[in-house]
Amino acid sequence: MKLRSLIVAAAAAILLGAAAAPGALADGKTVKIGVLNDMSSLYSNIGGMGSVVAAQMAVKDFGGKVLGKPIEVVYADHQNKPDIGAGIASKWYDEDGVDAIFDLPTSSVAIAVQQVAKDRGKVTIISNGGSSDLTNKFCSPTGVHWTYDTYAMAHVIGDAIVKQGGKSWFFITADYAFGHQLQDDTAAVVTGAGGTVVGSVNVPLNNADFSSFLLQAQQSKAQIIGLANAGGDTINSIKQASEFGIVQGGQRMAGLLVFISDVDSLGLKTAQGLLLSEAYYWDQNDQTRAFAKKFQAAFNGKVPTSGQAGVYSAVMFYLKAMAAAKTEDGAEVVAQMRAMPINDFMTKNGRVREDGRVIRDMYLFQVKTPDESKYPYDYFKQLAVVPGDKAFRPLSESVCPLVKK
Amino acid sequence: MMNWVHIAVPPASALLAQLLIGLINGAFYAMLSLGLAVIFGLLNIINFTHGSLYMLGAFCAYLLLNFFGIGYWPSLIIAPIVVGAFGILLERLLIRHVYKLDHLYGLLLTFGIALIIEGLFRQLYGATGKPYDTPDTLSGVRNLGFMFLPIYRAWVIAASTIFCFGTWFVIERTQLGAYLRAATENPALVQAFGINVPRMITLTYGFGVGLAALAGVMAAPIYQVSPLMGSNLIIVVFAVVVIGGMGSILGSIVAGYALGLVEGLTKVFYPEASSTAIFVIMVIVLLVKPSGLFGRGV
Repeated sequence: MKLRSLIVAAAAAILLGAAAAPGALADGKTVKIGVLNDMSSLYSNIGGMGSVVAAQMAVKDFGGKVLGKPIEVVYADHQNKPDIGAGIASKWYDEDGVDAIFDLPTSSVAIAVQQVAKDRGKVTIISNGGSSDLTNKFCSPTGVHWTYDTYAMAHVIGDAIVKQGGKSWFFITADYAFGHQLQDDTAAVVTGAGGTVVGSVNVPLNNADFSSFLLQAQQSKAQIIGLANAGGDTINSIKQASEFGIVQGGQRMAGLLVFISDVDSLGLKTAQGLLLSEAYYWDQNDQTRAFAKKFQAAFNGKVPTSGQAGVYSAVMFYLKAMAAAKTEDGAEVVAQMRAMPINDFMTKNGRVREDGRVIRDMYLFQVKTPDESKYPYDYFKQLAVVPGDKAFRPLSESVCPLVKK
Repeated sequence: MMNWVHIAVPPASALLAQLLIGLINGAFYAMLSLGLAVIFGLLNIINFTHGSLYMLGAFCAYLLLNFFGIGYWPSLIIAPIVVGAFGILLERLLIRHVYKLDHLYGLLLTFGIALIIEGLFRQLYGATGKPYDTPDTLSGVRNLGFMFLPIYRAWVIAASTIFCFGTWFVIERTQLGAYLRAATENPALVQAFGINVPRMITLTYGFGVGLAALAGVMAAPIYQVSPLMGSNLIIVVFAVVVIGGMGSILGSIVAGYALGLVEGLTKVFYPEASSTAIFVIMVIVLLVKPSGLFGRGV
């Protein structure tokens, strides 16, 4: 029947979706920076065009040139699909002369792209991608994990909640690399601190209705419902949990990865009281505010997420390292990055470890109540600073082959 | 592994709760697939714009609230009228030109329109969407013993059932419906009886669109009002229509609710497959009965 083939054709059209932004030909006369992320779906608000704007700002602030060559920023939508991401990355590296790819939310895509880069000796600097495996099992000599990872999230939030008495946990987990990793990392913290995991449910990525899973969580009688998901999935989980009276019933929600854009979408009435961990919040000090102000002017008044701020910070540091190393060669630039301390608006005495992990302070925040919020985007109050050495996986636990023991 | 076993054998009360939740999702499937079936049955157009019109309904409610202070209840009437009028405009300006062509043209046209509408809203409002509060009269939860049922969701089931069977009744059991059905069988003959068929078709499209917008308003307090809410749903809804039988009004309603239930059960027994279950059923139905469960032959 014709109709069926039409439906198949339409589904295929949707899968193909938007095409990658075309890059100019590789000519060795420019240094090219690629921003590869989700431009259209559930993670586009945490990265998306905002990350491109951040990269462009960094290039401009750096002076627009490095090693005597102009710097160009290209970008594309990987649609959260590892095959599409890897395809764009190989084209960028092989044909378009892209030197480094930034951002890379969706861990499954980040892992694939980092492998493509590793095979070619090219650079990836991941800001919005989360899986801690990127610098552990899958670590790469030319791969750097910039802003945060699942291990740090699990430790900062998991620790804080268990200390407050949240001992039994149920996980609602996004069914792919990042979600599983986040659940495993958090479960390790919980059980390590004497807590228990009473159950979990794996939910397909980009799910609209969480009520069925929330009900399973409710029936598990766990004190804490841990959300091992991100972006639109986290928003829908929290919103629907409030609808089903889960918090009134005495259980607490723990968003293991919550961005400021998520809180903005939820509204403070629903999000108030949530604990979350970030590497950057715009209203921490004069430097963070100055960056946010500049970003807002360039991006429709939206404050940067920590991932977008991370892209700026990473591009700037990458260019500095390239200037210092006096070469575009990926391995040498990353080696130079390892030799330099990171100090900028969001990083105090950070460093790139041999496994590619950036060690930086992480912050524990709580979402304000509507009454506490005094001006636009006044959303978080800072509860604690967790030093980088405490937040990230110690090298002694690492299985990364680059780590010498 | 232990956890999985624990979840795999839920107590009867838990199962009941999950079935009820499946029914709520089924209510949305039914409302959307009904609109699609009406449009396909009477216009022969595979309306891929349906998802974005559902999204427009939700956004219409959001904009009415934030710019004019108009709440949920008036939106329930205003949004379908506004979006329905927009649909009529679309039909008059664009869609009517492809009636006589192959299905593929209608599909491509409506798919293109959907991408434009969606892209526009994504540009304006971002992908994560905006909050829309449950109306005060329907907020709160009722303890049913086996579960906490949000009152709003109970309302969704009740309202959608009324709308769906109301539509079915009008089309299958009234004079007006008889004209409509006759016009799809043989437009020239019906026109000869003095009935303005093009206008009837335009209004039918407007009605189908209004139904999508209505579902959008009803969905707003449950899901985010988000530019992507339609495209997330539309493929599933198409599967529902195919399973029910293309163009069959009753088929789309029954299949909508039934598949909501099946999806609900998948979420209990094998949650990883919950986004795929409906398509597996679609494949099986097409193999066994290609015209769909309620279809009238290929």
